[in-house]
Amino acid sequence: MLDRMLFRKPKNELEGNRDKKAASNVPDSMCVACPQCKKTLIKSDIPDYYNTCQYCGHHFRMNARQRINMIADKGTFSERMRGVSAINFLDFPGYETKLENAVLETAENEGVVCGRCEINGSPCFIFVMEPSFMMGSMGTVIGEKITSLFEEALEEGLPVIGYTVSGGARMQEGILSLMQMAKVSGAVKRHSDAGNLYIVVLTDPTTGGVTASFAMEGDIILAEPGALICFAGPRVIEQTIRQKLPAGFQRAEFLLSKGFIDEIVSRKDQKAYLSKLLKLHDRRESNDAV
Amino acid sequence: MTPYEKVKAVRSGDRLTSVDFIKNIFTEFTELHGDRRFGDDSAIIAGIARLSGMPVTVIGIEKGHDTKTKIKRNFGMAHPEGYRKALRQMKLAEKFNRPVICFVDTSGAYCGIGAEERGQAQAIAENLSEMMTLRVPILSVLIGEGGSGGAIALAVADEVWMLENAVYSVISPEGCASILWKNPEKVEEAAKCLKMTAKDLKELGVIEKIIAEPSKISNFYEELGRIMTETIEKNMSLPVDELLGRRYEKFRKIGRR
Repeated sequence: MLDRMLFRKPKNELEGNRDKKAASNVPDSMCVACPQCKKTLIKSDIPDYYNTCQYCGHHFRMNARQRINMIADKGTFSERMRGVSAINFLDFPGYETKLENAVLETAENEGVVCGRCEINGSPCFIFVMEPSFMMGSMGTVIGEKITSLFEEALEEGLPVIGYTVSGGARMQEGILSLMQMAKVSGAVKRHSDAGNLYIVVLTDPTTGGVTASFAMEGDIILAEPGALICFAGPRVIEQTIRQKLPAGFQRAEFLLSKGFIDEIVSRKDQKAYLSKLLKLHDRRESNDAV
Repeated sequence: MTPYEKVKAVRSGDRLTSVDFIKNIFTEFTELHGDRRFGDDSAIIAGIARLSGMPVTVIGIEKGHDTKTKIKRNFGMAHPEGYRKALRQMKLAEKFNRPVICFVDTSGAYCGIGAEERGQAQAIAENLSEMMTLRVPILSVLIGEGGSGGAIALAVADEVWMLENAVYSVISPEGCASILWKNPEKVEEAAKCLKMTAKDLKELGVIEKIIAEPSKISNFYEELGRIMTETIEKNMSLPVDELLGRRYEKFRKIGRR
């Protein structure tokens, strides 16, 4: 009840001020300011709103397992290759420590979670990238796990749903990470040529080598509101052309207007949306019809 | 030469560029322009020519030699329309069953407003997947700088070769030093750690052949033309499914568990 009072939209300025004062009584560690509308949110409430701001709908970053819980039917997710972790092939200085920290921070072995699941009863394969694992940077393990997933989906003739979030290729694996772009693209192409569906959902931020490969190879490409989606990041471009970029540049809404994505779908609607698309492509259903 | 010295050398203006290779290895080169979607990108040259008499499609990223040609070629940094022009020529090569030869020399795909709004990432991604299943042999030769996504967009091939002093990397040593170590002065170390030289990449199984630098061989172009012909003829004689299976496996095995 108190919560509802605290977070009610102010009707006028006076109320707005009162609202602010009241919020400050909640310890800082339990609160977070929405980066978009600046309103104070109680951390423990955020998951109830699909990790979005209950006022303005800003989408917070979300870890891979939370997403799978949000999308997959309860108890249907069966994981693939969970134990695989990176090897420092190039003896890159400091890479082992970075990996160890990432494992401790995320309780994942790498930056993508892969498996098979059902979405409102439709079977499919799913990969979800993990933003907290070295910024979802793509090295050989991510390449290998996603490639294997597409290969298994091809064998079973099932769709793949992918969630991307990535800072790009993983520098510490040098050229081997670059090669993963070609490797995954090859597997996506084989899966596609056999008539299988691949839907990708781009989340904030999807950049660099991931955008320039499997993020842009979906039959249907969706994105979350406000997500940054680009090849070169805004800072790199600003440094190159020495001018400020227009507001909203490289955001999901911009890509939609330029024709590079099919639709922007809010998190709370995603399961139903994906489920509808899966059913529209269900080959068993169309076979029955014939 | 240290890895960073190689980086500096391939960026210097006195190195051979794609136009030199095209002029000296092939005959009857006929340039074909445009992506049929937006425009013609002069950072990428594409067309048909003969290699030892055999019709081939030739595509090269061109940096230019002097200030005027460098500006014309946008310093070898292609826009999406460049990659789409290359893909259009590759699809024609597939239709007319002629092999594709690519020369790669770029610091990277261009970073700018136009490039982003016309889908730089989408253009590169499409090349990667289409090249993986293009039903004619592809040979890519890295002749200078192989800069990340902008380079691999023309290097998904049955064989990838590198000139001895060429470099090929996921990021420039400058980028790596400033992003990873927040210290732009550590470029030497970054160049070494990234393992970007031809010798490193051969050891990592990323490339098939190292080509001696032109300064070391008197009949450089003739020799390169000869081994290109050999390789192309060998790959033309393979059944297409086997060719594509091998191409897939070549990339599939990198980082396999």
